[in-house]
Amino acid sequence: MAFEPVLTSFVREPNAHTLDFYLQRARGYEGLRKALTMQPNDLIEQVKASGLRGRGGAGFPTGLKWQFVDKKSPNPKYICCNADESEPGTFKDHVLMERNPHLLIEGCAISCYAIGAKVAYIYIRGEFYHVQQVLEAEIAKAYQAGFLGRNILGTGFDCDVFVHRGAGAYEAGEETALIESLEGKRAQPRIKPPFPAVAGLYNCPTAVNNVETLCNVPPIVLNGPEWFAGMGPDKNGGPKLYCISGQVKRPGVYEASMHTTLRELIYGEEFAQGMAGGKKFKAIIPGGSSVPLLLDEQLDAPASFDGVQKAGSLLGSAGLIVLDETVCMVWLAMNLLHFYRHESCGKCTPCREGGNWLYQLLQRVEAGEGRMKDIDLLFGVANNIMGKTLCAFGDAAATPVLTTLKLFRHEFEAHVKEGRCTLPSEWRSKHPVMAH
Amino acid sequence: MSFHPQMDYAPARFHRSERKLADDGAPFVYTPDNQAKFDENVQHYPPEQRKSAILYALYLAQGQLGYLTGNAMRFVAQQIGCSTADVEDVVSYYTMFYTKPVGKRVLNVCRTLSCALLGAERVTEELSKKLGIAPGQTTPDGEFTLIEVECLGACDRAPVVMVNDDWHERLAPEQAGKFIDDLRARGPAVFTGCHLKKE
Repeated sequence: MAFEPVLTSFVREPNAHTLDFYLQRARGYEGLRKALTMQPNDLIEQVKASGLRGRGGAGFPTGLKWQFVDKKSPNPKYICCNADESEPGTFKDHVLMERNPHLLIEGCAISCYAIGAKVAYIYIRGEFYHVQQVLEAEIAKAYQAGFLGRNILGTGFDCDVFVHRGAGAYEAGEETALIESLEGKRAQPRIKPPFPAVAGLYNCPTAVNNVETLCNVPPIVLNGPEWFAGMGPDKNGGPKLYCISGQVKRPGVYEASMHTTLRELIYGEEFAQGMAGGKKFKAIIPGGSSVPLLLDEQLDAPASFDGVQKAGSLLGSAGLIVLDETVCMVWLAMNLLHFYRHESCGKCTPCREGGNWLYQLLQRVEAGEGRMKDIDLLFGVANNIMGKTLCAFGDAAATPVLTTLKLFRHEFEAHVKEGRCTLPSEWRSKHPVMAH
Repeated sequence: MSFHPQMDYAPARFHRSERKLADDGAPFVYTPDNQAKFDENVQHYPPEQRKSAILYALYLAQGQLGYLTGNAMRFVAQQIGCSTADVEDVVSYYTMFYTKPVGKRVLNVCRTLSCALLGAERVTEELSKKLGIAPGQTTPDGEFTLIEVECLGACDRAPVVMVNDDWHERLAPEQAGKFIDDLRARGPAVFTGCHLKKE
């Protein structure tokens, strides 16, 4: 059966972002209309039955997350939509918010109703200012049309959606750090427990959901949980957006069911159409920069949360970065560690200091000045970050080093033995501009 | 007896904080327009949580001045009702706030993996050569600042350069020099960003 896109059916059409288009062509706000006739608890049960898993990276069941929200608390409840999309190689929320903003607004309103919240904050990254302008204009239209605000559709349900602009911090994508940032502080993670479901924003019960997760809610309400679950493998239901970037012919965002294999996504005619420039495939990072690499023989795994995990990596945010034969793996680890070193929030010592050490070691090896024991040192430092930090950032920072060492140790050794980079590609800087 | 090695404890050096404060700059208040925007935005949050509006308040101040001065941060602290140290705490954390003057156009070149695979390192190199400045510096005429930034989230249209709040995508290293010339001549019209009005 051919796959029908759900989230991105209209994104390539002009004016797909407008309210009129959404109402006329995309069954706009019918999900909200239906949801408001249901009991909030039934709504949560429906989302649970659909098996919707968080699309931000962890793959945690959304229905459970909502169920954990403390409804008996006398404090107000909040929905925080995580639109701080900063994971390298991920750009799906960018497309959704810019081209299909009303789907997100509707998703926010339904989830507010489900957990008993009256306010949803969309925390958007500071760099997406052009997206924010679209989103805010469309939110204003939704208010005018009575889909947001007081007494929505005459049901007595009140809901406000506000956009909150971040200011350039990768760490704000972590749910407790996002809450800290929303409270006007540095985006640094909190110690868990208490989880946000109990004490989140302003110490009130809060659910933090990714943009794509919330966008999946209106179709579930409209078409039922069975429809959603039946769209993919067991426990991996629903449509999924894949962001394919790197050295492929046609990079972009593609919507598919999670039956699709990684190989189809890279080589498929309707997806990325194979490697660019006739180069050979070397490896793929299947879930944003923080997950282990996969090689050619593992590409037949289905690109589902469980499928990719079985193959030895994680689906994460589904940011597939495809690498061809010209990529030096020491350089790759160095590039990513520059990112993690720069973005570490500095709260936990292993990540703050270790990231810097790893970067310096990698710089030395890449420059051909490394020693054999540096390779073991890299391994040691990375292992001492892994699992020793408050949030998953530490693991994310250690992973690029551990995975390249595991699969491409010979490249590290060749760098040391030959005293130079063994794979200096022409697309790289000849005189790397060193870090500030 | 201390186990620490003998150390010359020069009070002149060690007993003074080495923290660099931002320049005070001229006295600062919002324009009436910005003040109205701030007063509206602060309504988005519960009344006792004014601090949530701090990022917005700082964006307004930065939009007005181009960068954040000591006086601007003090003014924001008054508006929010927190200490100046709280404001500095936030400003020093987020990369999109500048505490030194920047050029009229800030070129933020994405340097993370997906862009780097398609030549972002060379884009920086070419821009650097063309403008005669290293990353982090501003041209003497105050027109351009060149900054390397981490992933901007448009990896399918790599390499990406963000110029202030506008995006230019698929900037091949060979076109980088011409891009600067075009930008000088035609301004924002040259951007290929994924803004709706462009497609």
